[in-house]
Amino acid sequence: MAHLVLDKLSKAFGNQQAVSELDLTVAKGEFVSLLGPSGCGKTTTLQMIAGFVEPTSGAVTLDGADLLAKPPSKRGLGIVFQSYALFPHMTVAENVGFGLEMRGLGRAERDSRITEALTLVGLASFGERYPRRMSGGQQQRVALARALVIRPPVLLLDEPLSNLDAKLREGMQAELRAIQRTTGTTTILVTHDQSEAMALSDRIVVMNQGRIEQIAAPEQAYASPASAFVAGFLGKTNRLDGECTDQRISVAGAAFAAPAGTASGPVTVSVRPERIAFGPASPAAIPGRVATRVFQGAHWLFEIETAQGAVSVIRQNTGEGVPGEGDNVHLHAASQDLLVTERRP
Amino acid sequence: MKRRRAATLVPYFLSAPALLLFLAVMIVPLIMTALLSFYDWGQYKGIVPEFTLKNWREMIADDYFLEVYVRTLRISLLVTLFSALIGVPEAYILNRMSPRWRPLCLLIVLGPLLISVVARTLGWALLLGSTGFLNQALVSLGLLSEPVGFMFTETGVVIALTHVLAPFMLLAVWAALQRLDGKVEQAAFSLGASQFSVIRKVVLPQIIPGILSGSVIVFALAASAFATPAIIGGRRLKVASTLAYDEFLNTLNWPLGAAVAVLLLVALVAIIVGCNRLIERRFAQVFE
Repeated sequence: MAHLVLDKLSKAFGNQQAVSELDLTVAKGEFVSLLGPSGCGKTTTLQMIAGFVEPTSGAVTLDGADLLAKPPSKRGLGIVFQSYALFPHMTVAENVGFGLEMRGLGRAERDSRITEALTLVGLASFGERYPRRMSGGQQQRVALARALVIRPPVLLLDEPLSNLDAKLREGMQAELRAIQRTTGTTTILVTHDQSEAMALSDRIVVMNQGRIEQIAAPEQAYASPASAFVAGFLGKTNRLDGECTDQRISVAGAAFAAPAGTASGPVTVSVRPERIAFGPASPAAIPGRVATRVFQGAHWLFEIETAQGAVSVIRQNTGEGVPGEGDNVHLHAASQDLLVTERRP
Repeated sequence: MKRRRAATLVPYFLSAPALLLFLAVMIVPLIMTALLSFYDWGQYKGIVPEFTLKNWREMIADDYFLEVYVRTLRISLLVTLFSALIGVPEAYILNRMSPRWRPLCLLIVLGPLLISVVARTLGWALLLGSTGFLNQALVSLGLLSEPVGFMFTETGVVIALTHVLAPFMLLAVWAALQRLDGKVEQAAFSLGASQFSVIRKVVLPQIIPGILSGSVIVFALAASAFATPAIIGGRRLKVASTLAYDEFLNTLNWPLGAAVAVLLLVALVAIIVGCNRLIERRFAQVFE
């Protein structure tokens, strides 16, 4: 069910191609994250949907209607900015009521909807406060209430949690997800924080240099990244340089069968730290030596010295013995956990 | 204990040179002027260092002084008003301008401050005179049947003072605008506000402290301006500062001139301090 559709959306700043031919279809009620490093074009994309940046080419439609033909004030989208962008001269209630006032709603209806929105974000008793007198997390909630109170068809979140400290951020993530479920508002989140994107989204759009690298559900993108870039950006990964000859891959002293269709030549083998196990010596296992071992409670963190440099390994703390620092080990991984990509020499 | 006492004295030692300078060049002359206003003066006896309230009594009794002070106040208020009407939109436009054109436009706007006050004011005299450019243009366009005397009128003084003081308003407002988060305007647009609503409900309320502090500067400078009212206003249209000048240098009645100057100073300080109090009380909760 196509709700919001971006069709070959492109933006160039001079010779700089910020976003190139971006295609994305978002279903009603879906939570989609645009994830990528800074400068990947994710914020520009959001600004084009919001109407603050004019696309060079392409189209944006909402329920089949052309969104680009309307100015930002007529699009009716809810936006939460990284800086919150609250009106400092207005109280919290006035901030939240601003969009309703602009829509010409009467005082009584306005007040009841302001109360409703502030209750939704847990700030029901803060209506008379001024934003300057509130914490970052509270200001964040006010911004969210202000965007949701106009009942927008689409909610745009521009790095909304990046100004909060780590602990607050986790709490807000859960709350944001719960609020989004309650209201059922289609939401697009722009973030550079992969854990935030994975925690919140139905689908993740991984972007790099103005292009989409992969669109997938978080667990799918994590388990089977479409490219080495996605593998490296979503969670931690080990990248090892290897060589493919006659459908066999040799890497750091180990050799195993290449996945079907791998061309001969240099390759990169990516593998997640938690998918590596210690085992007996075998031709398919990479030999190494434990350089550091860090206990983290629920799991152990290892740095293993191999012929290809350091490899990180995460093992769950199951209560069984683990190798100590200086021990020689052999690293095993199942073939479905390996991502083999061609490497340009 | 001894060392602690020495440490508390250090700030005083460090600021002593500046304090002494202030004392010598500002406080002492001001006190001397204030004392002078209580001295006696006569056509033939000159200044007599005897305490008298004669000068102050004369200022209160004679309506001429009241008229001059009311005129000074009226001119200053009008100049402040027009400077705000011109300076605020100017600052908003300049702030939104592309960085390529902004320096050039800023230079044009700040231009009046770069020109000597005498050259600038005489330039206005040429424009405003009864055979000046402005009158000739208005007459030949058919907008006026005969030339209007701008020279030696309050209108002329207000025009010339607004021209040079509007940049001060612009700078104060611009400083306030630059503290604004640009995303706040975007947020207002996204909530359905028109350009007009954004300016009226979001931008203006946030730059009011800037407008008020700009107004204080413009008002103080307009009320104490000397060269412009002296040249455009001429000998008959007196304001407080030209009146004090005349008493000092033409009548040579220094004590009366001192009284005029002291009253101007006291009135200005009272108005400015009062305004600041008002601003602080009104906006303390929103802006800190």
